[in-house]
Amino acid sequence: MAARRWSSAENRRFFLARRCVPAGWLAAVLLPLMFAWAGMVPAAAAGPRTAVADYGIPEVRLINQAMRAGWQDARLVPSPQATDGEWCRRVYLDLVGRIPTIKELESFTKDSTDDKKLRLVDRLLGDAYLDEYARSWADVWTTILIGRDTDNDLVSRPGMRQYLRRSLSKNMPYDQFVRELVTASGTNTPGSSNFNGATNFLSGKMADNGIQAAARTAQVFLAMQVQCTQCHNHPFNKGKQNQFWEFNAFFRQAAALRRFDGGNDVASVELVDQDFAGEGGDPAEAEIYYELRNGLTKVAYPVFLDGAEISKSGYLPGTMSDGTAYGVNRRQELAEMMVASPLLSSAVVNRLWGHFFGYGFTKPVDDLGDHNAPTHPELLNALAESLMKASYDTKELMRWIVLSEAYGLSSRTSRGNRADDPSMGEQPMFSHFYLRQMTAEQLYESLLTATRADLTGDAEEQARMKDEWLGQFVIAFGTDDGADTTTFNGSIPQVLMMFNGPLIKAATETGNGGFLDAVAASGMSNAQKIAMLYQAALARQPTRREVVVANALIGAREGDVTAALQDVWWAVLNSNEFIINH
Amino acid sequence: MPITPLQSIPSGMSRRHFMSHLAGAAALAAPATAFTNTLLANAEDMKKRHKAAILLWMGGGPSTMDIWDLKPGTATGGPFKQISTSADGVAISEHMPLMAQQMHQMAVVRSMSTREADHMRGRYYMHTGYVPNPNVEHPSYGAVIAHELAAQVPELEIPPFVSVGGGSVGPGFLGMTWAPFVVDSSGRVRNLDMGIDQARVQQRLEMLATIEKRFIGEDRGGSAQDHAKVLDRTVKLMTSEQMKAFKVDEEPEAVRERYGTAGFGRGCLMARRLVEQGVPFVEVDLGGWDNHQGIFTTLADTKLPELDQAMSALVEDLVQRGLYDDTAVIWMGEFGRTPNINGDGGRDHWARSWSVVVGGAGFRRGVVVGETSSDGKEIVTEPYSSQDMMASVLKSLGISLETTFTAANGRPMKIANSGRVIQELFA
Repeated sequence: MAARRWSSAENRRFFLARRCVPAGWLAAVLLPLMFAWAGMVPAAAAGPRTAVADYGIPEVRLINQAMRAGWQDARLVPSPQATDGEWCRRVYLDLVGRIPTIKELESFTKDSTDDKKLRLVDRLLGDAYLDEYARSWADVWTTILIGRDTDNDLVSRPGMRQYLRRSLSKNMPYDQFVRELVTASGTNTPGSSNFNGATNFLSGKMADNGIQAAARTAQVFLAMQVQCTQCHNHPFNKGKQNQFWEFNAFFRQAAALRRFDGGNDVASVELVDQDFAGEGGDPAEAEIYYELRNGLTKVAYPVFLDGAEISKSGYLPGTMSDGTAYGVNRRQELAEMMVASPLLSSAVVNRLWGHFFGYGFTKPVDDLGDHNAPTHPELLNALAESLMKASYDTKELMRWIVLSEAYGLSSRTSRGNRADDPSMGEQPMFSHFYLRQMTAEQLYESLLTATRADLTGDAEEQARMKDEWLGQFVIAFGTDDGADTTTFNGSIPQVLMMFNGPLIKAATETGNGGFLDAVAASGMSNAQKIAMLYQAALARQPTRREVVVANALIGAREGDVTAALQDVWWAVLNSNEFIINH
Repeated sequence: MPITPLQSIPSGMSRRHFMSHLAGAAALAAPATAFTNTLLANAEDMKKRHKAAILLWMGGGPSTMDIWDLKPGTATGGPFKQISTSADGVAISEHMPLMAQQMHQMAVVRSMSTREADHMRGRYYMHTGYVPNPNVEHPSYGAVIAHELAAQVPELEIPPFVSVGGGSVGPGFLGMTWAPFVVDSSGRVRNLDMGIDQARVQQRLEMLATIEKRFIGEDRGGSAQDHAKVLDRTVKLMTSEQMKAFKVDEEPEAVRERYGTAGFGRGCLMARRLVEQGVPFVEVDLGGWDNHQGIFTTLADTKLPELDQAMSALVEDLVQRGLYDDTAVIWMGEFGRTPNINGDGGRDHWARSWSVVVGGAGFRRGVVVGETSSDGKEIVTEPYSSQDMMASVLKSLGISLETTFTAANGRPMKIANSGRVIQELFA
């Protein structure tokens, strides 16, 4: 019976290890023999050694070495590798934002070649999954760039999403992506003339002289938290008040102008660059003022975080009648300095590491200030450099990360690594996979996948329906930083939604030709039907005990197997194992 | 004895019947009923009167010098006049006429000085008594007070920490059991009904408990267990009669109108109903105080009338119903606003000198604590911090300040970050 095949993790590991014999034999037997023969002992031989796949990719090897060194220093024993099913579920969730279908799962678990992980990752990052990849990462970046609040008439979520989907579909290099977001001009709403969806990053952040534009640009792309220095020097780190205002000065030529639809409603917002006269009245030296806590007023001009200055002119670039060029586009200057800064690649490496591991090298991921030392500084720097060398291709970075040994570890802990628990305030050492709840977006897409619910309407219509569903969890604070929070956080309202909400009702309904109907109508045995539900939602077979309880449900439903399957399906979808990425 | 909430569900097909199906199929080690084994305090420990607190949270940072600590006739004072109140020598804004009649029940602390003038940081600091720290999440007022007072109300089936209209701040290292139950002020809690008979609900829960426990048993980390704890709370709530406490519409129209029919008024009315039901902590959110532009018209026309009406009705009701001596009321936001009026006729963020208002429970009433300078920019008396305020609120509820929590990382953490009690708030 199927359940027995999976019953012993030991056996599985044994089989897996055997499968790796060619590579394992080379590393584990041949190399030490060669060293011994030469009278030398490799330095790493002190620690426990097993062959670790790196697929010949230097960056994967780099991650594996850095992680192993960390485990050794902290005396941590890493967990064994996750099961194929777990790893497959994980990588689908993290790369394309949903769990795998049964078919996708089986084509991976039944594959017995050594490089099947590599091939799955390349497939998920390739053309076959381009739409899903773009949709999923557009969700991720939408939340990063404009938050979750849907109720802001200065921001067009469809506009933002359209821009993100397009740039992700063509795998735009990250430096170009940042350049376009920081310098964007045009209108923010699809369908309006001069539309440029990239404007939505800044269109809602230009109030009060662009304070939020400055704060969020530094935080999101450079992992520098400057917002507190708006009013005073930072009490604990090197952040100085002048730095905030000098950074803010880059945004003073930009303005977000409301374009009306002929009536009182804002049809779109246009982000424009215009000459900036300065607060001192001299556009050739367009200065701004800020107030120190002691009431004194000081002057600021555009200066980048590293101290590099640009022209003080507030004029946009132009040519005088005698042919002399004048003026400067402050946002373009800023963008060029940002993409030349080492902070840009460190920040995105840290952010993506956090996406795949649940924790970045720093907490929070968007603070790489001097006061906040990273857990693996050399690795962070090396990956940042590799990313630059890879022409800012973030898919490459994702590939390195998900193919690493650490990403493949089981989330089951043991005495040897239970102490490695960042939720307890420990520094993450990544010696086992950290549990984390799916995001609301991942849950939504996963439910669609698992239930094969009918998809109607085009991509934008689907996105709108999803937005509407997501909106029930959002609480906006209504403050000038545009902050919001979500009740999709494992608390009671979320559980109520999963117990009784319309999405779950639809998923457990029958008679609509969906997944449950297909399973119920198939000629499989009851045990196989139950197993099917487990594979679809949890990427594993049910245990013997679970089969027993499920059979009791069939009894309780007086032989109405379809009704019992509804009950099992409801339970499976509501379980911790379903909603927690493990 | 361990409470197994699933057993309390009345069933058509009896629980025993269902379990016999299980037993017939195979022997199970133990019936998989509850998701966790939560021990509640013995009913004998229950006190006759339970303590509670209501936090009126002014999201965005209210301009306290236009409400509780006016400086009329000065450059920073703004256009508002002050009026005398029912408390001797205590004057407040002319736009708070109803609260002016309740000030003998309140205490104004005019000497708050809190350093954090960023929304996120200020919200966290004022809710927890701690500045944000990347390695540990501290529990907020609601989680701390619910945690300390829940044992007084063992019969409570609805969550002990309710947040109306806002997200509050979470339970931190106390765990998801103490997370705020966030509802909107309509009183309608969504998704309460599964739409199938109770016996079948019960059976689904048995199946779920089987999966849930297996995953917890695999030693993958605390969030698996946390999920199960929240399931238990949810099951309890779904079948509880006590949910009617959320239904503000059941109040007579006259009462609803006295509180004000906008969100905050309904929220305050709901807070009273929840406290009557035994909920130890309710937070009611009134946002919209981040007035960088045109602050005086916003305050005079919308914010202050809404606040005045609801807050005064709440205090009045709590007193009338004999709840006030056991219920602390706290009014505060993440910080105050700049004494200097900016170029857009607004005030910006300011944490150096501002006011918090408290009342009820063990607090002294009808007093003002502390003083700001004539321009409102400095505290001229002893300054008080968020942790001092928190310690004082806990004291007013009879919660021991010697209580020490063990943070997730095993470090002992003194309740309220070892804040000093503001002595002037106690007789």
